[in-house]
Amino acid sequence: MGQQKTSNATRVARVALAAMASGMLAACAGPTPAPDQINDPFENTNRAFHAFNRGLDRAVVGPVAKGFGTVVPEPGKRIIGNFANMLDLPGDIVNNVLQFNIDDAATNTLRLATNLTMGVGGIFDAATALGLPSQPTDFGETLYVWGVGEGPYLELPFTGPSTVRDATGTLVDLATNPVSLALPSREATAANALKLLSRLRDRDRFASSVESILYDSADSYAQARLIYLQNRRFQLGQTDAAAGTNPDSDFIDPYEDPYAQ
Amino acid sequence: MPNDMHLTRRGLAMALASGLALAGLPRMAAALTVDEARGLVDKTVADINAIINSGKSESAMFRDFEKLFAAYADVPTIARSALGPVAREASKSQLSGFTKAFQGYISRKYGRRFREFIGGRIEVEDAREVKSYVEVISTAFLQGESPFEVRWHVSDKAGKSLFFNIIIEGVNMLASERTEIGALLDQRGGDLDRLIADMAAL
Repeated sequence: MGQQKTSNATRVARVALAAMASGMLAACAGPTPAPDQINDPFENTNRAFHAFNRGLDRAVVGPVAKGFGTVVPEPGKRIIGNFANMLDLPGDIVNNVLQFNIDDAATNTLRLATNLTMGVGGIFDAATALGLPSQPTDFGETLYVWGVGEGPYLELPFTGPSTVRDATGTLVDLATNPVSLALPSREATAANALKLLSRLRDRDRFASSVESILYDSADSYAQARLIYLQNRRFQLGQTDAAAGTNPDSDFIDPYEDPYAQ
Repeated sequence: MPNDMHLTRRGLAMALASGLALAGLPRMAAALTVDEARGLVDKTVADINAIINSGKSESAMFRDFEKLFAAYADVPTIARSALGPVAREASKSQLSGFTKAFQGYISRKYGRRFREFIGGRIEVEDAREVKSYVEVISTAFLQGESPFEVRWHVSDKAGKSLFFNIIIEGVNMLASERTEIGALLDQRGGDLDRLIADMAAL
């Protein structure tokens, strides 16, 4: 009887959660937005999180990344990057399959096999050297392929710019990551630590870009938002562009109406 | 007399030729624009590479970038677009002052970033006509980074082929500068003259 109750409650909670998520997502389903089209109803909260992230970057992440960049020699950094990328591959493959993208699923499977063997367990990115470049993906992209709209813009504490669709994708990827699920908890923690180091490496590699956005622009929140949305739409639209369905999605015509906003 | 005859004959030939050219104009003009646009970007890229690898001081490089920007980009149109609706209320002298300030500001801003291109190269891959403009697609190869895409939007509406937008991996210079200039104006309570004065230091 008690057990029956629990499972019912769990089921109700699950259905409610699913309904909430799908309601939120359905509400924002729609066509691909124009390049400078921004949907940001949570701007006040987002700006507060942006201020937090910026402070965190200035006080901790930036200096630590710089220290990491100075202390760790280049080959070490590359190995961390390669290994972190390899750990992402099983999840990428699952998403490729969910996107019905068999080509990329095959490429990523081949990448995984190549880097595990010739790449000595993922230390070297042998696959890229052999002409199989990385094709990262995520559940946010899977949702896009399934026709889910972008949804409102979000800036999340610690992780930064996102959208409702991408944040949902990140949560699903975290919860269903095949590597974390397959590994014993200590190894899973090590894998996550490695990914964190890889993020620090990226922060150090792209320091001048990151810093010009965060510290040199008049409104770093608006600039980060614009750049994230445009770049993400570009990543997602690459398949569209290849098919020639959306050739001028990022066209702004300053001649037609120079004062248009 | 024979001379005159010759001239007349040549004149006739030219008239015929130009008539033929006129008949074929729409197609030829389009083809020319794609080639011109491609040529413009090729030249811009070659000049950028030359400036980057010149070994000059940073301030000298900024001056060279500004010359390049003024020669190959439609600066007045980009500046007006970056200013957005404010441009409508601006006086002629404000607009020209802003355009001049904007030209220097952009050259310094992007010039600083071009340093990352040292030892790298940009290759033009393709050019095609899209509606009223030509899109030139190039790939940037930077040291230690995976190649990325740079698109150039070129138009001849200013009388000759000039680029009016650059799109790096989807990130649009015009959109980015609209946001930035808008924020800079907001910080100054919408005072365009103050912005123009301050831009020299930005």
